[in-house]
Parts: sequence; structure tokens; C-alpha cells
Amino acid sequence: MATMANDRELAELLRQQPTQHLDAFKGVKKLPLEEFFTSGHRTCQGCESALVMKMMVKAAGPRTIVLGSTGCMYVANTTYYSTSWVVPWMHTQLGSSGSAGLGTAAGLKALMRKGKMKNEPINVIAFCGDGGGADMGLSAISATLTHPDYNLLILMYDNESYANTDIQLSGSTPYGANTTFSTPGKIKRIMHHRWKKNTAGMLAAGHPSCRYVATVCMSYGVDAMNSVRKALSIGGPTFIHSLDPCPKGWDYDPIQSHELGELAVASGVWPLYEVENGVLKLIGKTRAIADGQLKRKPVRDYLLRQGRFAHFTDDDFDYFQSKVDEMWERWLIPGVIPFRKQIEADSAPA
Amino acid sequence: MPQAQVEPKVEPQVPVAPGKQPSTGEETSLITGSEAIAVACKLADVDVITAYPIRPYDTVMQYVAKLVSNGELDCEYIVAESEHSQFEIVKHASAVGARVFCGSSGVGWMYAFEALTVTPALRIPMIAMVGNRALDDPGAFGVEHNDALAVRDLGWQLVWVDNAQEALDTALIAYRVAEDRRVFLPCAISCDGAFLTHSQALVKIPSQAKVDAFLPRYNRGDLLLHPDNPITVAPQANEDWLMEIRRQNAAAMERSLTVIREAYADFERIFGRKYGNPFFEEYLTDDADVVLVGMGTLSNPVRVAIRKMREQGMKVGFVRMRWFRPFAAAELAASLGRFKAVGVIDRDFSFGSPYMGGVLATEIRTALYPAAKRPPVVGFICGLGGREVTVPDVNRMTQSVYLAAEGKTQPATQWIGLRE
Repeated sequence: MATMANDRELAELLRQQPTQHLDAFKGVKKLPLEEFFTSGHRTCQGCESALVMKMMVKAAGPRTIVLGSTGCMYVANTTYYSTSWVVPWMHTQLGSSGSAGLGTAAGLKALMRKGKMKNEPINVIAFCGDGGGADMGLSAISATLTHPDYNLLILMYDNESYANTDIQLSGSTPYGANTTFSTPGKIKRIMHHRWKKNTAGMLAAGHPSCRYVATVCMSYGVDAMNSVRKALSIGGPTFIHSLDPCPKGWDYDPIQSHELGELAVASGVWPLYEVENGVLKLIGKTRAIADGQLKRKPVRDYLLRQGRFAHFTDDDFDYFQSKVDEMWERWLIPGVIPFRKQIEADSAPA
Repeated sequence: MPQAQVEPKVEPQVPVAPGKQPSTGEETSLITGSEAIAVACKLADVDVITAYPIRPYDTVMQYVAKLVSNGELDCEYIVAESEHSQFEIVKHASAVGARVFCGSSGVGWMYAFEALTVTPALRIPMIAMVGNRALDDPGAFGVEHNDALAVRDLGWQLVWVDNAQEALDTALIAYRVAEDRRVFLPCAISCDGAFLTHSQALVKIPSQAKVDAFLPRYNRGDLLLHPDNPITVAPQANEDWLMEIRRQNAAAMERSLTVIREAYADFERIFGRKYGNPFFEEYLTDDADVVLVGMGTLSNPVRVAIRKMREQGMKVGFVRMRWFRPFAAAELAASLGRFKAVGVIDRDFSFGSPYMGGVLATEIRTALYPAAKRPPVVGFICGLGGREVTVPDVNRMTQSVYLAAEGKTQPATQWIGLRE
């Protein structure tokens, strides 16, 4: 195991407050039958984020507290008198997933240390959407990931827009997408000129004492659940970023959710990886792409399936493809870390 | 900035640093208002404290940091990355049963506004210190009450104190009241920036045994967020239930009036320090013709001015408001009805409000409206941004109140100590 800058604090934390030992599930047939996210929610047909909730808490088990910041997974899941949560659940503000997880973990830690509450490992998971995480809550998530002395997981379900409030663009919306804040018009075809934030890569690179950062996609559900289990077991604050195809926001037939997730990975748009104790590991098809064993599918195949890119011209597809090519061919760590070393750009000495 | 001193309520003794003495018995210590509240946190055995720097409240967190590093206070002490996070962190710690403390000043308090909004709605008994400060822009460190007053409609209990002893005692009382199941509402303790946060006074530090007798453990009961009590907190209620939930908050605030009375009575019984009426303090009002009303440390120059005016035969008194929320309207109206005229000194503003006045004057006029006896109310805006309220200022205000008492109509709102 690689040594970490915060090993001293983490060792003390785990001595005081051990985490639950959650071993990886060995295949879909070995999953427990018990559900902790059940009926009562009102998410759309084909909603992948609802699947994230279901699998996340199935992976975590009953001794878990879940904090949910404002977004689809708050508004659609917790109607008064018909909550879908079997585990204790509390709403938190849009930009507060980091603070909610930190405060809950700190409260439990203080009470257990001081003998005011039975000492046992309780999972703390705070989730947020891309609006709550990549936009408004980024600062609080960043701060929380620097606290080595609290055990918690922040999970960002990224459906690439503010989908609950009518599909407005977020910092996580892909270039050019049609949202209600970036509708193509007669003069301007492309209203959204920003490239999607590299949230997981930024958080992994920017918080060297954070022990676990991963990207997941529910098209690879068992992998995603095992990511959650690892994030909760490893100790300290951790972060998982999930890409969730959204029939309403991306404008496609709900039956295609699973397939779109696969295409996002196969086209190289959504690399799957985990950074565990500072060591990067590419996962599944992403690894095959990086190793040259699998050729990336054209992004056009992925984008054309979604109505939000229906206004794209060939130029737009080419531009999008060139940016994804750049991710894989020019980034320091393909798909993860964007900058390049100066030395590579320098000409060879005479 | 020199402020006239009140007669100290405690016997002067050799100052002793807090924490250096055995835990039994009452000790006297020379400490600031901020330090007094930090000592209260220690005595209350607070579990989670969050800090973020802004002057002048942040001195309390400097003292808390020392208490933690010296092993005198066992809590999770978290330095947040913004006031919004600062208040959100303790909000969630309180939901799992931890006793919490935080605070802010001026625009820092406003940066936390979203968290401040949801905290009372969630029935979180958070205690916060507001080191009252002017709201930027333009930049100003000095005291104004608009920061704390901004949350007056949201379900926060708001109390103003004017000396370090009262700050310590009120912090203990605030925990007792806020964490009472009949209330479960947050409470902000307002301490005037600089005049109280940074001014030292002799303070009696109560014994741990007495504090333990006064302040029971925080018990969140069936609202505890824990796997043994798997509840869903703050689901989407919408128009189906929101009105009923708001009404419950209103009822809690109403019950707080009773719980505050009980807490002060118990405080007096256990600690032997008397505060009389919990909601407002009267100074030389028994025979007064007219009174001034105000909040916070402006009580110091006002009391000095009143003593001087009384030497000249003017029968002037002073009513210092402590609890602004809940507002003891009937009690205050009954008391103010005894006088021929009332002058209200606002260290705040409410642009465009009725008669272009301050917040306190507007509230007092409202409280008086249904009263049997309604003396004329003259409003004054004074001491903004930490500008000193001087004895001549108080004299000027009193003269206007006297004219109102004689039936001579006065401007409803006057700015005092203003360069024109």
C-alpha cells in the first residue's frame, strides 16, 4: 500500500472509528436481495440516477445514514409520507453535500468518542447532482476531502444538467448540448460553448490525502457497487462520480439508458477509473482502450442517439470528436489528467 | 474606543486565567465577551464547533481553538471553507445528536443565509454567536444590528447581551432553552462588535457541577437521525403540508416565551445571579416620565447620561431589550404604557420601512398598537458602523422624547450623531 501524506491522521481515525468491512460483491448473482431504496419515488422511466441510489445504498447496507442535496434525487424521491428511503435520510442544501457528510461524520465521531452514543461504524453517504457537486457545492466538497479525520463518501450523480428544474445547463453539461438555458436558435446554433468539467480528475489530483476517488456508470452496476463498498471501507473522505444517462434531459427513448452508458464508455467520452491510495487504475473497457486492445467508437454514435445534439452539424461532431481525441492522445494521463509536461513540447536538444 | 463603564456587578478580584483552577467552585476571571462565550462552550461540553474567520466574532473561535489544543474542551473543531459550510456542518452534526456551536458577523452571517434559513425549519437547536458588525459595502468593522436582525422572521431566537458575564450566562441559558423539546429552535446571541467582543470585564465562571445541574444533555428523541431510528428528514411537503409545518414552528416560538422564563428562574435558583425580567431590563424606570429603549452595549453611555440628567432633575429611565425573538410584546407594551413618551434607539436601519425608521422602533410601535396606554414613540437611528453613542447624543434624544411627552409632535425618525 502506498504511503499517504495523511497516514498519521488516518491511522488515528481508524483506531478511534473503524469503518465497516464491505468486501466486493462477486458478481450480480451474489448481490443481497434486501432493498433500502424502495417504492414511493417518482423518478422518470429509465432514470439511471434512481438506479444509482438503489445500488449505492444496497452496497452500503442498513447501518448507513444518507444525506441528499437538492436535485432530482431529492425532489423525486422523498415526497412527504411516501419516502423511498429505508435507511435514515436527510435533505441538505444544494451546495452542501460536502458539509452535510462532514457534519454528520463529525457529530457521530464526537458522540461516540465521548461515550454519548454507542460506538459502531456507521456509513455516511452524502450525494449530490452535477449542479450541486460540480457547480455550487464544489468548494464544500473540496474542503471535506481535505479532512483526513472523518469517514464519509460523497457521491455525485451526474445527469449533465439541472434536470429537476427543467433541464438547464450545468458546469457538467457537454459542449453544445441543447438545454432550456442553451436552446439553439436562428442565429446561434451552439449556445453552450463550455467543455464539461473534469470533476473526478480534478478532485483526485487536487486532494492528495483523499484515499479514494472513482468514476462509475450504472451500465456496469456491480463495478459501481463495489466502488461504493471500497469508498466506505477505505477510511477518510472519498468521492465517486457517476455518469447517469437521463431520458428527459438527453432526449432519448428510456429503453436506451443502459446502452447509452455503455456508449459513453466505449466512445471514450466517459473513462472509468479509480484512484486508490494515490494509484490510478483504469477499469474495464476504459482500460482496454488505453491499452490499445479496443478501438474507441466514434463519438457521433453516442451523440446521435440523443436529441440534445440533434442540431449538431458535421463540423460540430468533428469538433467534439477532436476534443475527445485530445483527451486520449494528448493528456498527461489519458482521460484523467489534462495538462502536459513542458518537456514533451520542447524540441530535442541540438 | 472608550465606553463608559457600568458599575461592575461582581467583586473585583485578582484575575485568574480560566481553566487553571480546579473545576469545583466559582472563579472570577478578566475576560472579553468572546472569551466568555468560549468558556460557556466548554462548560456546556459542546460536541462540534465550526469556525470561519471574520471580524469581530472570530475572537470566540480563537479562544475555542486554545481550549481545544489545551485539552480543556473535547469537541470536533472544524475550520470550514465558508460560512455557508460552517453553519451546514453543525446543522448536520446537531441532527445526529451533537451539541453544536458556531457564529459569524456582518456579511459572513449573510453568506450563511441559506443555512440560517433551513436551520429553524429543521428544528435544530444550534447556538450561534453573532459579533454584530456593519454590513459591507462600504467596509466597516463596527457594530450594527442588521446582521442578526436579518433572520428575525425565520424562527431564530434572538437575544442581545451587553456585558461579558451576561454573555456567558446567556449562552448557557440559550442551550437550555433551544434544546428544550418544546422549543427545538436555534438561538443567536448578539454581542456588539468591539464594545463587547473585544472588551474585558471581570466574569464569574460558574462551577461545572452547577452547570451540569442547570443544563441537561441534548436529547433529540425521535427526531434523531440514526440507523436505529430510520426517519426521512425534510422531504418534499409542498402545499399539502407546508402550512401545518409552519404553524408548528410558530407554536414552538410561542412556547419559547414560557421556556425562557423557566430557564431564567432555574438559573437564578442554581447560580444565584438574578436577571429579573428575562426579556428586557429596566434601569431607573420606577419614577420615570420618559424612557429610552435600545439593545446591546449602547446601554453603557445611555446609563451614564441618564445618571447625569437625573442630577438635573430629569426623570429619565432606560429599557434594554434582551430577547428580540420571541418578542414579549404584551409585557413590554404594559411596561412602556407607564411612561409619557418612549424614545427607541436603533443601531440598525430598515430602508423604506414605516416612517423610514429602524427595526426596533417599528416592532415597538407594533407591540404598542393594541395596548390600552400608548405613549408617543420617537425613533432614533444612532451609532451605525460602530460610531460611538455619546452622552450629548443621549441628551439630544431625551430632549426630543420630552417634547413628545408634552404633546409636541416630533419627527418619527431622527438620525443622531450624523454629519449633515
